[in-house]
Amino acid sequence: MTVVATTSSTTNKVLPHPLNAWYVAGWDHEVTRKPMSRRIANRPVALYRTEDGKAVALADACWHRLAPLSMGKTMEKDTIQCPYHGIVYNSAGRCVSMPAQETINPSATVPSFPVVERYRYVWIWMGDPTLADPDLVPDMHQMTSDEWAGDGLTIHAACNFQLVLDNLMDLTHEEFVHSSTIGQEELSESDFVTVREGNKVTVTRWMHNIDAPPFWLKNMRDKFPGFEGKVDRWQIINFEAPSTISIDVGVAKAGTGAPEGDRSQGVNGFVMNTITPETDRSSHYFWAFMRNYALDSQLITTQLRDGVHGVFGEDEEMLMAQQAAIDANPDYEFYNLNIDSGGMWVRRILESMLAAEGRLAASA
Amino acid sequence: MAATNIETWQSATVEQVVPVADGIARIVLEPSLPLKAEPGSHVDLMVEIDGEPVKRSYSVVESNHDGTRLVISVMKAPLSRGGSTFMHGLVPGQRLEITQPLQNFPLRVGARRYILLAGGIGITAIANMAAVLKRLKADYTLVYVGRSRSAMAYLAELSELHGERLEVHVDDEGSSLSVPALVGRADADTELYMCGPIRLMDAVRRTWVECELDLPNLRYETFGNSGWYDPEEFIVRVPKFDLEVTVPQGRSMLEALEDAGAEMMFDCRKGECGLCEVRITELSGAIDHRDVFYSERQQRLGTKMNCCVSRAVTSPTGSRSDAGAGPAVITIEPN
Ligand SMILES: Cc1cc2nc3c(=O)[nH]c(=O)nc-3n(C[C@H](O)[C@H](O)[C@H](O)COP(=O)(O)OP(=O)(O)OC[C@H]3O[C@@H](n4cnc5c(N)ncnc54)[C@H](O)[C@@H]3O)c2cc1C
Ligand code: FES
Ligand code: FES
Ligand SMILES: [Fe+2]
Repeated sequence: MTVVATTSSTTNKVLPHPLNAWYVAGWDHEVTRKPMSRRIANRPVALYRTEDGKAVALADACWHRLAPLSMGKTMEKDTIQCPYHGIVYNSAGRCVSMPAQETINPSATVPSFPVVERYRYVWIWMGDPTLADPDLVPDMHQMTSDEWAGDGLTIHAACNFQLVLDNLMDLTHEEFVHSSTIGQEELSESDFVTVREGNKVTVTRWMHNIDAPPFWLKNMRDKFPGFEGKVDRWQIINFEAPSTISIDVGVAKAGTGAPEGDRSQGVNGFVMNTITPETDRSSHYFWAFMRNYALDSQLITTQLRDGVHGVFGEDEEMLMAQQAAIDANPDYEFYNLNIDSGGMWVRRILESMLAAEGRLAASA
Repeated sequence: MAATNIETWQSATVEQVVPVADGIARIVLEPSLPLKAEPGSHVDLMVEIDGEPVKRSYSVVESNHDGTRLVISVMKAPLSRGGSTFMHGLVPGQRLEITQPLQNFPLRVGARRYILLAGGIGITAIANMAAVLKRLKADYTLVYVGRSRSAMAYLAELSELHGERLEVHVDDEGSSLSVPALVGRADADTELYMCGPIRLMDAVRRTWVECELDLPNLRYETFGNSGWYDPEEFIVRVPKFDLEVTVPQGRSMLEALEDAGAEMMFDCRKGECGLCEVRITELSGAIDHRDVFYSERQQRLGTKMNCCVSRAVTSPTGSRSDAGAGPAVITIEPN
């Protein structure tokens, strides 16, 4: 209610995650007829597909003695059998067979979580299922658009999910963390604009008439063989709650009108990121790099994926070290700088979601 | 998953007690550790019967978004041991020990079609489900049956909220429910949630099975131990413990045996788990099986019973006019 109540985010080093939101549970190809287990928002979840191919997410603990259902096997239609004493559940989490008795105990259920498949991912809703509106799945349309090509991977990041969001909302770190690929000093020298609109935040940065860093020089030459010269470079970071960040990135030949909207003399990519809290101190970080040129080249898809994988490996190392330092220094607070404005809006938004769930006190 | 089956006890303040139908009181509670109540959830609370604390359960009819205000509604039970009478005597400001909402009867979001069936006071477990399905714009019908309008709580509010989706059947107006017609409207994509008198629920269940509908799509809440027969006093003999115990009308066989010092195995105490099973070696009278653990076939065999809920009765048919003279006598072998 009061303004005072929203200021705790500035000192919140380990932020809890909203539950009334869609998170990615896995890539579509990870969820198969063979059940898998993944911890999401602190809860172990069993993921599998029905005979009809629909993704299902059940709590990964049998109602009887809590054996993990993910060690069991999928049965006919939409069912899965507990590996221990054979209770069979359907996709709603309801027991359909109890081998050792003639009836079905009416209490025999495991929680079933709403899932939606979209943008190459299986999304899961861990909170109040009556609020699970598929229209709230964050926009990642480049993942399944004909105009974009690319691929990605998953990073298991040993840190609170908010630290990954902070990392992506402020790219001045590229100059220091990614100096050999995409970093350059103009990053921290150039101005940026932060705009918050409801549950979205945008941070826009343009660097005019600069040398292209190695990663971008290669991309320019893939499209414009033998390219030399200065470029205009952009980074437009788009956050959508709770934890999806798609970053519009690219360079164009300097002075050819890219800032005004003509990007034809450049190369454009989208770094698609969506972060799923695993525990309070670990995250599943799903990312992909999508481009809008050389769409049919698997060579370029693979080179870009491997290149970005290397860059993100540098972030992963930093994030892990940062989380360890946070935990080792419980009596030190964060200090927030001007460059953190994007990340600070993200914290505000997440905090208002937590407040709506009545879970803000837990974060204090 | 906010609500669970783990009991977290807290205190609650009674804010309001008002009558909402013949013999039914609406009770508004303010819990000290609020938690939002999911549709289908209930609270356990401690009532006082003859100065002793005893546990009773009540469905949450309504809760606000953060659970700081929980509404329950209590019917004065005929042949009551006193729990519902205690609840009717509550006054604003009084404190109660209650649990956070518990969930045995979850509503699944996402079914193609829903039928909700409430009989009498069973509306308490169903009302919140109907409200949520309305908010989700789901395809649902709310069927509410009762003996007479004056005994049916929340009729006006429900008809205001649900309009044509509410279907009312009233015995004393001659518009009683036809169970086959109701179940006939269900298909493989329909989930039916019900709470009401055991005879109504048994009829629905039987028809459901006859129609070859999937049993997991039939969900129900039993308000505990209402049987086909009125409870009677009976005698239980346990040769193994050299015991002969009279089970009074107001106690279960399990309780009576425990009172007499027998160490019995049990867990759920509501006829679900089958752990309190005893073998029947001799019987004069009939068994009123009140559990959901045995199949009908097993109940008919009459060789075992779940003593936490099931009772012995004199009448072989269940009708009072057939009641035998003396108390029923049963001899058992416990596990
Ligand atoms: C999950 C759940 C939700 C419930 N929700 C509600 C609700 O919303 N509103 C509501 O009014 N009630 C509800 N109940 C029922 C409630 O908990 C009490 O059982 C009810 O108020 C009667 O309590 P009592 O002590 O007055 O009567 P009891 O003494 O328990 O008597 C109630 C009935 O049980 C029978 N009975 C009496 N003695 C015995 C015995 N020894 N063994 C078996 N049966 C006996 C009698 O025939 C009598 O009609 C719910 C029960 C459960 C389990
Ligand atoms: S633990 Fe799953 S059936 Fe026993
Ligand atoms: S104790 Fe569970 S059925 Fe009796
Ligand atoms: Fe980075």
